[in-house]
Amino acid sequence: MDKYKDLKTIANNMRINIIKMLSRAQSGHPGGSLSACEILATLYFKEMNIDPKNPHWEDRDRFVLSKGHGAPVLYAALAEKGYFSKEELKSLRKIDSMLQGHPDMKGTPGVDMTTGSLGQGLSAVNGMALAGKVDKKDYRVYALIGDGEVQEGIIWEAAMFAAHHKLDNITVFLDHNGLQIDGFNKDVMDIEPIDDKFKSFGWHVINIDGHSFEEIIKAIDEAKLTKGKPTMIIAKTIKGKGVSFMENQAGWHGKAPSEEETRKALDELGGGIID
Amino acid sequence: MTNMIATRDAYGEALRELGTINKDIVVLDADLSGSTKTITFKKEFPERFFNVGIAEQNLIGTAAGLAAAGKIPFASSFAMFATGRAFEIIRNSVCYPNLNVKIAATHAGLMVGEDGATHQALEDISIMRSLPNMVVLSPADGVEAKQCIYKAAEYDGPVYIRLGRSKVPVIFDEDYKFEIGKGVELKEGKDVTIIATGVMVEKALITADKLSEENISARVINMSTIKPIDKNIIIKAAKETKGIVTVEEHNIIGGLGSAVSEVVVENVPTYVEKIGTMDTFGESGNGNKLLEKYGLGVENIIKKSKKILSR
Repeated sequence: MDKYKDLKTIANNMRINIIKMLSRAQSGHPGGSLSACEILATLYFKEMNIDPKNPHWEDRDRFVLSKGHGAPVLYAALAEKGYFSKEELKSLRKIDSMLQGHPDMKGTPGVDMTTGSLGQGLSAVNGMALAGKVDKKDYRVYALIGDGEVQEGIIWEAAMFAAHHKLDNITVFLDHNGLQIDGFNKDVMDIEPIDDKFKSFGWHVINIDGHSFEEIIKAIDEAKLTKGKPTMIIAKTIKGKGVSFMENQAGWHGKAPSEEETRKALDELGGGIID
Repeated sequence: MTNMIATRDAYGEALRELGTINKDIVVLDADLSGSTKTITFKKEFPERFFNVGIAEQNLIGTAAGLAAAGKIPFASSFAMFATGRAFEIIRNSVCYPNLNVKIAATHAGLMVGEDGATHQALEDISIMRSLPNMVVLSPADGVEAKQCIYKAAEYDGPVYIRLGRSKVPVIFDEDYKFEIGKGVELKEGKDVTIIATGVMVEKALITADKLSEENISARVINMSTIKPIDKNIIIKAAKETKGIVTVEEHNIIGGLGSAVSEVVVENVPTYVEKIGTMDTFGESGNGNKLLEKYGLGVENIIKKSKKILSR
């Protein structure tokens, strides 16, 4: 008996919905959405203390999708969790939709922070974590940042701040799929050694396989036990994970699948057909 | 002897008082707490004061996160860096989600003086006013500055408050009542209207007195809310006087002069003479002398007022 069977089913459902959403919208970012399904499935279905019926509950754990272009993976998780109907997913990126191309906290139940301009989410995480400390609340703040995103200067301003203020209620996942729009990180602007960088900024750093539920869960537990430091979980992932022809292709960063490609992707995921 | 108070000092005092009244108020600064006067809050409420270091982007981003979690953050730095360096964070993390962040920026305008052009924000009103959801306040003296801070704390949404470094004469009595979105007629007049903001309001009042010696009746309006601008008071002035002179310690592009012109052209077209820096940078020097050099002195306001009357 596979003890992660339920999480695996959820992550696969999320992948199916990501492909369907992007196919209908005919725009959006599949690669970096597919790479984060296990991480978001774990956060929303195992870890976070949240209530879909009360999305503004003050004591809830927070999640900030700092790599806002990964909106489809967040919307897939929120719909799966019941923040809104899966029917809504059909309206992604369309006029009057509550599902904007990048997350909008004012329009979408369950979105804790408006993001999309890279780097800013980590600063918002600092503010939320700080507010928790000031109010002596024990909620935790989770975030997902991209590997290309750490090239933004504000990431390092925020990283310095979180360590200086000992914000141990912060757990960040770095979706390390190695690719950004123009190609491999190492060719565009090398970020390595990324773990040493965060360590030297005063963070507790954990390296994991970002598609292994066991490692994700273990890392989250370790972060919760880490006192006096924020935690950075560097999750090695595969961009486009789960759809063979999208895996490890920079070209699938921001391109929607054609009808033919959608059919092939849904075949691989066992996702039936687009309705 | 006129009482002199810098608007930044009034800010510090208001923060200290508000800290007791409202426990949700938190203050952030970017290594300038002594200059922006947030240090007065820090001394009394160290558990609610956070220094982000010299990092204005994270200053605003962190304030956004605090507001998202229910706090009322006041974020401070010099106007140049708070609005310029952090512009896009203000746009995307504060104004777009309409979060309750107050940006109280000091050392605006030429009056910064000796530090020179890199530190003299002359574009801040323009860029802050262009942001949806943003309220832009520019108080004239210490009394008004303090009330602006109180009203900003009460208001739910983003507010930019433009404050100065130098001590400036106190114009208002303690019973003066500031309201967001209301211009105030400080002096009646029927020939020409001078609309001023910030530290230029005092110069407008001096100008009006000098003009009255020449039997010219100048109306003086203090426009301490640049956005939302008080349309009614502008339309009334445009109808009742021969034209409008705007005066601001800011570039003539995009600031008060532009805001007034926008109202005038859409409602009651009339001449508007804009006084401000003429699309140029400042330089080092004594603040008051810089105002003279860059055309912000009383002489130039008199000249432009007469130009309106000669049309």
